[in-house]
Amino acid sequence: MAEDLYLIPLLPLIGFLLNGLFIGRLSKWLIGLVGCATVGLSFLLSILAFFALKALPPDARVIEQTLFTWISAGQLQTTIGFLLDPLSAVMILVVSGVAFLIHVYSVGYMGHDRGYGRYFAYLNLFTFAMLTLVLADNFLLLFVGWEGVGLCSYLLIGFWYEKKSAADAGKKAFIVNRIGDFGFLLGMFLVFWTIGSLDFRTVTEHAPMAFAYGGGLITATCLLLFLGAIGKSAQIPLYVWLPDAMEGPTPVSALIHAATMVTAGVYMIARANALFVLAPDALFVVAVIGALTAFFAATIGLAQNDIKRVLAYSTVSQLGYMFLACGVAAFTAGIFHLMTHAFFKALLFLAAGSVIHALSGEQDMRAMGGLQKHLPITFRTMFIATLAIAGIPFFAGFFSKDEILWKAFSSDVNGSWIFWLIGLVTAGLTAFYMFRLVYLTFYGAERLDAQARAHLHESPPSMTVPLVVLAGLSVIGGFIGMPHLFGVANYFEEWLHPVMARVPHNAATHARAAATGDAPLEWVLMLVTVALVVGAIYLARHFYYRNPQAATELARKFSGVKNILVHKYYVDEFYGAVFVRPVVYFSLFLWKVIDVLIIDGLLNGLATVWRDLSEVMRLTQPGRLRSYATVFALGVVILIAWFVFE
Amino acid sequence: MVPVSAFLVLAVVLFGIGTVGVMVSRNMIILFMSIELMLNAANMVLIAFSRALNIVDGHVIVFLVLAIAAAEAAVGLALIVNLYRNRETINIDRYSLMRW
Repeated sequence: MAEDLYLIPLLPLIGFLLNGLFIGRLSKWLIGLVGCATVGLSFLLSILAFFALKALPPDARVIEQTLFTWISAGQLQTTIGFLLDPLSAVMILVVSGVAFLIHVYSVGYMGHDRGYGRYFAYLNLFTFAMLTLVLADNFLLLFVGWEGVGLCSYLLIGFWYEKKSAADAGKKAFIVNRIGDFGFLLGMFLVFWTIGSLDFRTVTEHAPMAFAYGGGLITATCLLLFLGAIGKSAQIPLYVWLPDAMEGPTPVSALIHAATMVTAGVYMIARANALFVLAPDALFVVAVIGALTAFFAATIGLAQNDIKRVLAYSTVSQLGYMFLACGVAAFTAGIFHLMTHAFFKALLFLAAGSVIHALSGEQDMRAMGGLQKHLPITFRTMFIATLAIAGIPFFAGFFSKDEILWKAFSSDVNGSWIFWLIGLVTAGLTAFYMFRLVYLTFYGAERLDAQARAHLHESPPSMTVPLVVLAGLSVIGGFIGMPHLFGVANYFEEWLHPVMARVPHNAATHARAAATGDAPLEWVLMLVTVALVVGAIYLARHFYYRNPQAATELARKFSGVKNILVHKYYVDEFYGAVFVRPVVYFSLFLWKVIDVLIIDGLLNGLATVWRDLSEVMRLTQPGRLRSYATVFALGVVILIAWFVFE
Repeated sequence: MVPVSAFLVLAVVLFGIGTVGVMVSRNMIILFMSIELMLNAANMVLIAFSRALNIVDGHVIVFLVLAIAAAEAAVGLALIVNLYRNRETINIDRYSLMRW
């Protein structure tokens, strides 16, 4: 059973085919059942596969299954094959588990939607593509899943396609991702060119021999691969599509644009860690971009009023953390944060969806407030998720974020106090904007309009049960990866160790910390972080709960700063002016001048010339028999005259 | 004996009248008659040479031509009658249907 890895992605594909082929012909009940059951079954299979893998000795924890050869062209031998190792085991558990919960949630959330069948078909297709991505045993199959999730993202962002903003957001996501995919493809070409294979295990094995450490080739390869990750995981400068992607249904935002798809970039870099550790310069770029994205996205999140947009920028920011971890060669910490983030960010989005659902579609936090007594379950679960993302000790986010901050400070690869400081400030900002969200939504005066108040209700059990499950995971999810500082084993790090075998100093950092007496320093840094987070929460409480006038006054005093933040540093405007508008004008030029004027003009001109010539020639054929006879007779006379008098 | 040239001049005159008739007449009947005139001018030439050279072949051919001309006249007149029935005119200038 455990060897039948292909069943894990296949089941959601079957769900997609059933829901897609019989669209509009199945009852709602059956659509929901097919959608949830297929994903639920593949979650169960993932658990079985996980235990099968766990039963193996640590260094032999690889289950590989090759179905058939897909492309065989010269040196290029690409198979459809699945690889289960500790890394992909973590990913399939997170992906299929969170996907299952969100499918269940969607039964309630999308219950009133006309496109119910279409929605579940897309969602199943997404789960299939994402599981293919994380289970692929070579770069090319990973790329297939990569493009598949991109397609589903496009389809689901533009799910309400009658709305122009949703259709535009879908297009934006697709086009921006194309830029990243272009880099990813080139990166794959370089890998194949150098190593002659795209198989992960072959690449991992041969990379140190094939590439010179720190050489130009490996740096270029890694930077190109990272460009793909930038696009998919919404990092500077390609993050602009993610906030707009919030036009899609909220469970989609939770599944695709928070928990799973956007983390594909982090997964890909962790998967290719054998390449990245050979290129410290590329890793430095990864760390810088991750840190900058984490910081800037968090500052934008401070000033947004749309509840989903705050969460979107928060996602961008947390993804920045993961890349910061990858950039300092702490891939394990990155994947750990990926996992805990999947729990609490999916929960945040689903809870926000529950709020939006309860308020009949209202998303502006200025029109919320005081919801805690109306939505008790939503409030409690969302509060837990907020504590987790803020990094309050012993919640899931605390362990993963602390791990990243410590690695950013101490890692032998690119570790620096500057990265730590940026991460620290970002942690404070995160706590502030998340508690701002909670205070604006659930505390204070009710600012609802009458219509929303009339329909106010707690969500049905199909929505609240996933919330509770995710809340549980957000509480306990971090305990599998506790720092050595606490005197316990870090199960997560041990689990992933075989995959990260080529990462230098991976295990050594902690040992060295213990040996050289860095432990007090680690304690101090941890306490500083916690103190800052608590301070930020207190500030948020002051401004948005106790003393709302103070916030307004502060905003007035720094109206310039606030304007910049509200307009998101004018990045969209900048891209619009620098990239979009020239392309639009160039296209207009091609259309109006090249196409209409030159190409059409040339053809129409030729046609006109011949038509006018024909008009003249037509005069010689008036259709009167007598004139033909006359011309004929004249011709005979001339011919005879010619022969006679020549 | 009348010389051959006299017959030939008569034939040319007949042919010329026929040609001019085809060129100027609008009435299909007259046009048809003009064509017959041209045909008979050709017959005249055949007979003239046949007699002058004392070879009987020309006579034979003329008989053949006359027989065919009779059949052709019947067909042609039938066509004209049918055209008149359809369009109520036998003005040749009105029949330019193929013209664009």
